[in-house]
Amino acid sequence: MSDTHQHSIRFVRESMLPEQEPPATERGVIKWMRENMFSNIPNGILTLIALYAVYAILSGLLPWLLNGIWDAPSIRACREILDGQTGGCFAVLTERWNQLLFGFKYPNHLYWRPTVAFVLLFVAIAPVLFYNTFPRQMLIFTALYPFVAYWLIWGGSILVPIFALVGFGVGYIVYSKYVAQSFAMGFFGGIAGALVTWWLTGMIPVEGVLAMEAVPSRDMGGFMLNLILGTVCVSLSIPFGIALALGRQSDMPFIKWICVVFIEFIRGVPLITLLFVASVVLAYFLPPGTNFDLILRVIIMITMFASAYIAEVIRGGLAALPKGQYEAADSLGLDYAQSMRLIILPQALKISIPGIVNVAVGLFKDTTLVSVISMFDLVGMIRGPILASTEWNGVYWELLGFASFLFFITCYGISQYSQWLERQLNTDHR
Amino acid sequence: MTEAAQTQMTVSDEVAISIEKMNKWYGTFHVLRDIDLTVYRGERIVIAGPSGSGKSTLIRCINALEEHQRGRITVDGTVLSSDLKNIDKIRSEVGMCFQHFNLFPHLTILENCTLAPIWVRKTPKKEAEETAMHFLEKVKIPDQANKYPGQLSGGQQQRVAIARSLCMRPRIMLFDEPTSALDPEMIKEVLDTMVELAEEGMTMLCVTHEMGFARQVANRVIFMDQGQIVEQNEPEEFFNNPQNERTKLFLSQILGH
Repeated sequence: MSDTHQHSIRFVRESMLPEQEPPATERGVIKWMRENMFSNIPNGILTLIALYAVYAILSGLLPWLLNGIWDAPSIRACREILDGQTGGCFAVLTERWNQLLFGFKYPNHLYWRPTVAFVLLFVAIAPVLFYNTFPRQMLIFTALYPFVAYWLIWGGSILVPIFALVGFGVGYIVYSKYVAQSFAMGFFGGIAGALVTWWLTGMIPVEGVLAMEAVPSRDMGGFMLNLILGTVCVSLSIPFGIALALGRQSDMPFIKWICVVFIEFIRGVPLITLLFVASVVLAYFLPPGTNFDLILRVIIMITMFASAYIAEVIRGGLAALPKGQYEAADSLGLDYAQSMRLIILPQALKISIPGIVNVAVGLFKDTTLVSVISMFDLVGMIRGPILASTEWNGVYWELLGFASFLFFITCYGISQYSQWLERQLNTDHR
Repeated sequence: MTEAAQTQMTVSDEVAISIEKMNKWYGTFHVLRDIDLTVYRGERIVIAGPSGSGKSTLIRCINALEEHQRGRITVDGTVLSSDLKNIDKIRSEVGMCFQHFNLFPHLTILENCTLAPIWVRKTPKKEAEETAMHFLEKVKIPDQANKYPGQLSGGQQQRVAIARSLCMRPRIMLFDEPTSALDPEMIKEVLDTMVELAEEGMTMLCVTHEMGFARQVANRVIFMDQGQIVEQNEPEEFFNNPQNERTKLFLSQILGH
């Protein structure tokens, strides 16, 4: 008994087994597909349907993209070259790229000016967006950028933007002189100082002093117009939105009521209505002879519209802060402006980032609505001059696809940035 | 109340806070009724009472986090009025610790401590940081200075909150249930800090249910019920020989288990 037992348990290994690969079903791609695509019969069927859908889309899209015609004078020439095959007529983009980007009236030999302004835009916003990476001194350029960009895009005498800048400077000096006595005094004193400066400098003849060739507002168009409206309105509507949100929380009933009425009125009116007001009705209310720039009017309307929305988003952020934060700031002796700037707003704005970005992206796309008040932005150019021309009548997919592409890149970039920023500011559980 | 100075810690004759006939309403609800209280410099006062008795509201009136409707509060010789500059001045002299710490989550521990000295007292940044490190060492967490509040335990957060108040070099400290949101283990570290503070002669008003702390540190215990001061006495007398029926009931309930 013990012998047999001993016999059966004795074992000496003489050769080591080589390492073997796992069975094919447990390896690499096959394993991944088994787990993620064919884990059971319904999932397998869904995967097959999805694969067919992807195939169907690509089999239509790829030939259209790859077989596209990039060099032809008109849609008829395109169709002759294609000769019945599938293919996009992208020649319209190479032929009319300048109109799509700059509008059809902006002088050809001046395209470099908006282009420089566009490149400088990145230099100007970099220290704001990536506040940790870039030196703070670059913010000086950010402050000067609006005036530089105005001069580059609109041209004319350099004195105009300089006087505008001087007005802001005087306003700020007056503000900082009187703000110690009371905020309201500094605020209105600053505004008065700026207005007086502008009124005085407005009387100085500026014709031709250090002038570049001037381009009037009605000649602006294309994607440039969307970018101008989008950038200006977003950057203006955030400070206005903050002011409105704080005003709505104010203890002073008068300020509170102004803010509530403004926000509720603007939110209750469609943007297109406001744009029509800007383009048509506003002229009736202005004194005769005043020439109020159309782009400026549109900027005011879109900014008002966006700031009402942003104010509500920020109000949500303010409401989400625990009351203890206000009390802690108060109990340390911080005054209202300090507690808002140092404690409340940094936290409330962080909470509001997704909402603000939502409004900003929506606003940027809404700038295409100016095409209905006969301004030739990107969509206005496509619907108007290009599609109406005899050469390119009927090239819908290529043009609108291109417009979508430009807007998608911009909006996707904004959205990615905001997610990065949220991760940066996340100090809760690091 | 000057006879309270019999404890080993000294109480001066100088008045730190005086509250005269103070009344407060929330809407039509009469929260505080005819509160009369004089706090001398160096006093350690514990305010006890059932929830809803108005003890938190009382100390929150002292630094104007709550507005009182009638009566007079004088803090350090300054009469509390509705003038904002006056309120900010009193708040910068009176430190406060909250039940839920209320540290600023977007700032580091060090920034939490230097913020008010830099912006309210206009202290140079370097000096403010030195002061902050001094007080963080005092509450025994200097090594956490560059972390964010979310990374600290509750007890550590409350000690940071105490250090943050001390950085303003206040002459009076208010504590609003500083240990009520803490685990039992962490209560001790916070109480130790407060005991240390008391031994250095800080004027303290403390709303708390920690009766051991009251016995050890307080020179006066105030019992409140229904918005009124029902009884006040030295801790020995208060715990061993309560006079008011409501006080007796309260003490039997919280000391009975």
